[in-house]
Amino acid sequence: MPITNRHEQTILAPIRRVGMGDYLLWGSLLVLMLAGLGAWIWQYIEGLGITGMNRPVYWGVYITNFVFFIGLAHSGTFISAILRVAGQSWRAPLTRAAEAITLFSLPFGAGSILIDMGHPERILNLIFYGRFQSPIMWDVTAVGLYMLSSIVFFYLSLLPDIALCRDRLTDVPNWQKRMYKVLALGWKDSPEQYHRLEKVLDGMAVFMTMLVVTVHTVVSWLFGMTVQPGWHTALIGPFFLLGAILSGTAAVVIALALLRKVYHLEEVLHNGLFNSLRKLLITFILGWLYMMIAEHLTIGYASMHEEMVVLNDKFSGTYSLVFWNMTVLVFFVPLLIFIFKGKNNVGWMVFASVLINIGMWMERYIVIIPTETSPRLFHEMGGGSYLPALPEVLITIACFAGLVFLYALFTRFFPIIPIWETAESLPGHAHNAEPAPVSSTATGD
Amino acid sequence: MPRWGMVIDLDKCFACQSCTAACRMENNTPVAGQDQAEMGRAILWNEVLPFVEGEYPNIVETMIPRPCMHCDNPACIKVCPVQATFKNEEGVVLVDYDRCIGCRLCTVACPYTVRYFNWYQPEWPEALKEHLNPEPEVKPRPKGVVEKCTFCTQRLRKAREEAEAAGRVFNATDYIPACVQTCTGHARYFGDLDDPNSLVSKLAHSPRAFRLFEELGTQPKVYYLKQG
Ligand code: SF4
Ligand code: SF4
Repeated sequence: MPITNRHEQTILAPIRRVGMGDYLLWGSLLVLMLAGLGAWIWQYIEGLGITGMNRPVYWGVYITNFVFFIGLAHSGTFISAILRVAGQSWRAPLTRAAEAITLFSLPFGAGSILIDMGHPERILNLIFYGRFQSPIMWDVTAVGLYMLSSIVFFYLSLLPDIALCRDRLTDVPNWQKRMYKVLALGWKDSPEQYHRLEKVLDGMAVFMTMLVVTVHTVVSWLFGMTVQPGWHTALIGPFFLLGAILSGTAAVVIALALLRKVYHLEEVLHNGLFNSLRKLLITFILGWLYMMIAEHLTIGYASMHEEMVVLNDKFSGTYSLVFWNMTVLVFFVPLLIFIFKGKNNVGWMVFASVLINIGMWMERYIVIIPTETSPRLFHEMGGGSYLPALPEVLITIACFAGLVFLYALFTRFFPIIPIWETAESLPGHAHNAEPAPVSSTATGD
Repeated sequence: MPRWGMVIDLDKCFACQSCTAACRMENNTPVAGQDQAEMGRAILWNEVLPFVEGEYPNIVETMIPRPCMHCDNPACIKVCPVQATFKNEEGVVLVDYDRCIGCRLCTVACPYTVRYFNWYQPEWPEALKEHLNPEPEVKPRPKGVVEKCTFCTQRLRKAREEAEAAGRVFNATDYIPACVQTCTGHARYFGDLDDPNSLVSKLAHSPRAFRLFEELGTQPKVYYLKQG
C-alpha cells in the first residue's frame, strides 16, 4: 500500500507554485547576504580594527550571534528529538519546519566564530595543534558533531518524502526531477525500509537529546571557564541551555505561522499545535525567570566587589536600559500575552515570540558585554565601552538574511510538513488518522 | 633553570612612564594614533595604572606599573585552543605569532587584561621605522594576532650568547628586561625567583610584598612592594 495522506496536495502545493514573489524575496535576501560578505572581505583585508571591538571588549556582536544562532538551532532538536523521545505525537507535523531552523541556523552560528577570528585562514591549526584543554575546542567538537548529526537526522527523515516527490511531482522541471531522483537514494517505500528508518530515528533522537544539552552548555563554558566576574558561575550552563530552548521554540512559532499563512497550510498546521507550543513556552519563560532570579540574587546578596561592578552596570548603569527592556518587555510581556491572549490566537503568539527572540539576542549581549567592559583591572579606571560598527551590523543582518534565505528556498523545493510522518497509512503500517495524524511508531511507543 | 620574576617597589615608582617608553622601543609595539588609542586599542606591553581608593577629597592614589604577570598558573594558556600561547621552561609566558588564530579567548580570560590584539597591520611613522629593534623575536607582528610582554626574551637570548662568546657561565644577573634597566626610580628588580640568595627572591619574601589578585590562584611572578 503506498503512502496516503489526505493533505498531500496541500503540502505539495508550495513546491508547484514558485512565483514572482519568491524571486523577489530570494533576490533581496541575496543582496543583504552579499553586503555581509563584502563587509567580511573588507574586514579580512583591513583587520578586525574596522569593527567596534577594542580592549577590553575583545568580543562583540559576532560572539553574541554565535551564541544566539546556536540557541535558535535548539528549536528543531527540541521539537523533533526530545519530544520524539518523550512520545509526544502531536509534534509530527512541525518536526521538519523546526528541524529546518536547526539546520539553517547552525552554519551561521559556527560561521560567526570564523568571522570573529583574527586569522580565519589558520582555522586548520585547530586540527594540527588543537588541544582539548581549551573551551574553544570543546565548542568546535560539540558544534561540529551537532551539525553533522543534524544533517543526517534531517536527511533521513526527509528521505521518504523526497521519494514521494520523485514519484508524484511529474510536472516540475527536469533538473528538479533529477535532483529528487538522486537525493532519494533509490528509496523504495517498502515496509522494511520504514521499519528500519523509524528505528534509526528513534535511536538518533536519544543521541541528539544528549547532544543538545551538551552543545549549549559547552557554548556557555566559553565564558564560564574564565574567572571573570559575571561569567564565572556554574549556573551559566543551564541558563544558556534554557534560553536556547526558549528562543528556539519561539522561533518555531514564528516559522509555523508564516508557513501557514503564506503556503495556506491552515488544515495541517491547526491551532491545536500552536496551543501546545504555547504551553511549552509558558513553562520555559517561567524557568527562565527562575534562573534569572537565582543568578542575580546570589550575586547581589553576596555583594562581592568585582561582581557588583558588573551587576550594577546591568541594573542601574550603562546597560540598565537594555537589561530592563529585556526583562520587562521581552519576558514579562510575552508571559502575559501567552497566558491571557495567546490561546487560539496565532497573531498574538507570533508577536510574543518575536519579542522573545529580540529579548534573547539582547540577553546574550547583556551577558557578554558588561563583563568585558569591567574586567578587574579596568573597573578601577572607569571601564571600557563598546558599540558595534557598520561591518558588524552588516554581517549580523547578512546572517539573519542567510537563515531566512535557506529556509525560504528549502520550502519551495521540499515538503515542509513531513508527509510520511503525518500520513494515514504507510506501507506496512496501520494508522489512526485523527486527530493529529501520525505514524504509529513515530510516537515512540 | 632560573624562574624569572620581577619585583616593583611602589614606594620608589613615581609614575614617570620611562618603563612604558623603553618597552615600546625594545619590543617594537606599533604606534596606534590618537583615535585608536581613545578606542582602547593602543598596544602597550607595560602600562602604569592609577588606582584610586576612597572618596574625594579623602583619596589615596597608587600608581601601579603593570607588565604581564607571567603567571605560574596562567589563565591565558589554559584556554588557548592551539597552544599559541605557552610557558617556557624558565616560566616566561610567550605567544607564537605564526600559530595564533586570533580567537581572543586568552585576552578575555586573562584577569589582568595584559594581552593586546593587533586590530590592524602595525604601523610606524617613517622616522620611527628606521629605529625598529632588529631582533627576530620582536619583528613586527601581523594583524590579527595577540601579543604581550615577554620579559624581553630577546635580551635573555643575547645575554646567553654573549656569555658563551666570552667563554663564561651565564649568570642570572646578566640579563634584565628593558623596563628594569630604564626605571628612573630604580623601582624594578629582576632575577631568578628560585635562587634564595637573589635580590628578587628576598624582596618577594619581604612583608611588604604582594601580588595582584592573589586570590585568583594565577600565581603571578610579578611582585609589588606595598607603598608607605
Ligand atoms: S598576566 Fe595574563 S597574560 Fe600574563 S601570564 Fe597571567 S594570565 Fe597570562
Ligand atoms: S588569540 Fe591566539 S594566543 Fe590567544 S587563545 Fe586564541 S589562538 Fe591562543
